[in-house]
Amino acid sequence: MGKRFHYFLLYTLSVSFLFGFILLEKENIKKDQNQKVDQCFVCHKEIDNLPKDFSENDVHKHANLSCSSCHGGDPNSDDQEISMSPSKGFIGIPKRKDIPKFCGKCHSNINIMRVYQPRIPTDQVEQYYTSVHGKKLLAGDTNVAECSSCHTAHSILPAKDPRSSVYALNVPNTCNKCHGNSSLMKNYKIPVNQLEEYSKSVHGIALLKNKDISAPACNDCHGNHGATPPGLKSISHVCGTCHVTNMEYFNATRMAKAFEEQDFHGCEQCHGNHGVQKPNDEMINVGKESKCIDCHADGDAGYIVSKKIYSSLIHLKNKYNEANAKYLEVRQKGMNDIEIGFQLQDAKQALILSRTLIHTFDTTKVGAKAKEGIDISNKASLLAQKEIDEYYTRRNGFAIATLAFLVFIIALYFKIKDKEKNKTTSNS
Amino acid sequence: MVKKFGSKLIDWIDERYNLTPVRNLLLHKKVPEHRHSVWYYMGGVTLFLFLVQLFTGILLLLYYRPGEDSAYESVRFIVTEVKFGWLIRNVHSWASSLLVFFAFVHMFSVFFSKAYKKPRELTWVTGFIILVFTLAFGFSGYLLPWNELAFFATKVGTDIVGVLPIIGEPLKILLRGGEDVTGATLSRFFGIHVAILPAIFTVFLVLHLLFIQQQGMHEPEHFKNLPEEKKKYIPFFPDFALKDLLLWVIVFNILIFLALYSPWELGNKAEAFASAPAGIKPEWYFMFMFQSLKLLPAHILFIEGELLGVLFFGVAGFVWMLVPYIKVKHRPNWKIQPLTLVGILVVLFIVIMTIVGYLL
Repeated sequence: MGKRFHYFLLYTLSVSFLFGFILLEKENIKKDQNQKVDQCFVCHKEIDNLPKDFSENDVHKHANLSCSSCHGGDPNSDDQEISMSPSKGFIGIPKRKDIPKFCGKCHSNINIMRVYQPRIPTDQVEQYYTSVHGKKLLAGDTNVAECSSCHTAHSILPAKDPRSSVYALNVPNTCNKCHGNSSLMKNYKIPVNQLEEYSKSVHGIALLKNKDISAPACNDCHGNHGATPPGLKSISHVCGTCHVTNMEYFNATRMAKAFEEQDFHGCEQCHGNHGVQKPNDEMINVGKESKCIDCHADGDAGYIVSKKIYSSLIHLKNKYNEANAKYLEVRQKGMNDIEIGFQLQDAKQALILSRTLIHTFDTTKVGAKAKEGIDISNKASLLAQKEIDEYYTRRNGFAIATLAFLVFIIALYFKIKDKEKNKTTSNS
Repeated sequence: MVKKFGSKLIDWIDERYNLTPVRNLLLHKKVPEHRHSVWYYMGGVTLFLFLVQLFTGILLLLYYRPGEDSAYESVRFIVTEVKFGWLIRNVHSWASSLLVFFAFVHMFSVFFSKAYKKPRELTWVTGFIILVFTLAFGFSGYLLPWNELAFFATKVGTDIVGVLPIIGEPLKILLRGGEDVTGATLSRFFGIHVAILPAIFTVFLVLHLLFIQQQGMHEPEHFKNLPEEKKKYIPFFPDFALKDLLLWVIVFNILIFLALYSPWELGNKAEAFASAPAGIKPEWYFMFMFQSLKLLPAHILFIEGELLGVLFFGVAGFVWMLVPYIKVKHRPNWKIQPLTLVGILVVLFIVIMTIVGYLL
């Protein structure tokens, strides 16, 4: 029995060992097939000659592409003569002017690209050549930006990756590498303070300070690959992609036509470009901060319109603030604020719409919307006042009730004392 | 004029229903007067607060609508739109706390003055049952506004029931009306709060009061031992009743002060899929039990810590109810008698655990 058991154990162990070995081998073969040794990488790493900006996280490296996928050559040979031989298609470092086409070999080929990202666009190179960067590069100016200027050459990451040079938060600094370089920009007579201005703007604060990636970076107005300085039509069009109603109102006015004739830049004329600030009601007034008086003089129709619009807006703003202050008091007193809150939301909405309607330059329209807001604010104020009054009524009521209780308590006390006194006298 | 009408009315009833027993009780009932007389008023205040609860509860019932979609909204309507609704709701919430507080004070005063001894054993037992039902009132009423805090507190509370062996899980499902706290739980708690509990509660309350009227007020040992001529009594009516009334008025004034200056927050509506808000705490009168269960280790020997805790409180409560039947030898050498010592330890335990619960 014992011998038999030993044989059985030996047999089982040998079979398990054999199977284990076969499985391990299979696994190793599989691994080898997946990761063929890239001789370019091995050698260049060995002699410490990898590109300066090389990153292990590069999107191409992650997709298992070899150096030779872009630079050509044979990645299977460890012999430099063979692997870097022009007969093997070796290109080496491409010339700057050739870079767009160099990247476009794959990025403009939908059949190649859909393997990696089925919905990726493949018109980047085409678009690039419509941009000032692309046009100048074609004309032989090698100082302009090509693909690697923005995306880097060997540490390319998807635009959604926060580490990427083209991630929304990083775009302003990426553009500024060239556009903030005065010696580079001197030749093009372009100012270099765009980033400085942008950082202080409402968009810049939202993006760079508050990390709100829905706020526009440079590329959201100027385009990505098809970068082009905006002309009169396009700039108002660009702002209008987000500020739709404002643009619609403005385009329907006589002012839009006049602007075009005078070669004024739509939105930019009043709001500025890179340094665009949060709009302020004073901009429509006729005071120091007014934008209207840049063109209109005291007494002319535009001057009167701006005065009227400003007056409607301020009236609504004051009424809203008054109601809001009361609302806060109601909340602080712990009274019922639900309905007042809803009404204030409506009033605020009317204020926002009135401000948007400024772009119609129509006093009747702004006035009507402002009146709507004023009426709602007045109602909210009344309601809030009622709650505040109720707060004091309750306290006064409590004081009166306590007084009545106190009188009753004193009366009871004396009654009890009186009874006790009577009892002692009757006992004695 | 009013007096004349009143006596006429009493005569009319007397002629038909013979009011002699009531008259005798009122005229002959007397209350001993000694240095611990103040505790005699605690039961009265508790009764008064119960009446306040009954009255305000009925008023709330006029507007309250149970249901997942209406409970929270109706309570919000009561405190915002209904005339004096805010007052009634806040008085109801505050009175529940005061009621439990005075019930505890009443119980411990009876315990320490040994008023539960023969022949008042059943008065104690019914009183204890009333206290348990008062706590059940508090627990079931807490969920009715259907706000976040109540929702999660009920979840935790009913989870504790679930740890009991064998009957725990079915009991939990019975209480919740399903696996989870849902609208079904709300309907059931509403039914328990406004129908089942009041019905049972009234029976025990009536018994409790009948026993007291039948046996009269308890006289503590030091009073009993006084010579007859030194024993002082005051008639229940009107002397004691007037003092009772005086205290009730003061308590009522405090109650509306609390309702006005420290209103109960309604908070956010219960949302089953929302994450539990920070700082879920039961009502203060459950805190000592909740905190004890929290402090227990996960396992004590082979039994789950929480289960052991629940069983301990169950058994301890049962033993406490049967205190009148427990015979403990009188120890003349002891400064504090064993049962009194146990009582002091129980009070200390409740107070310390409640404070710890709020501090931790």
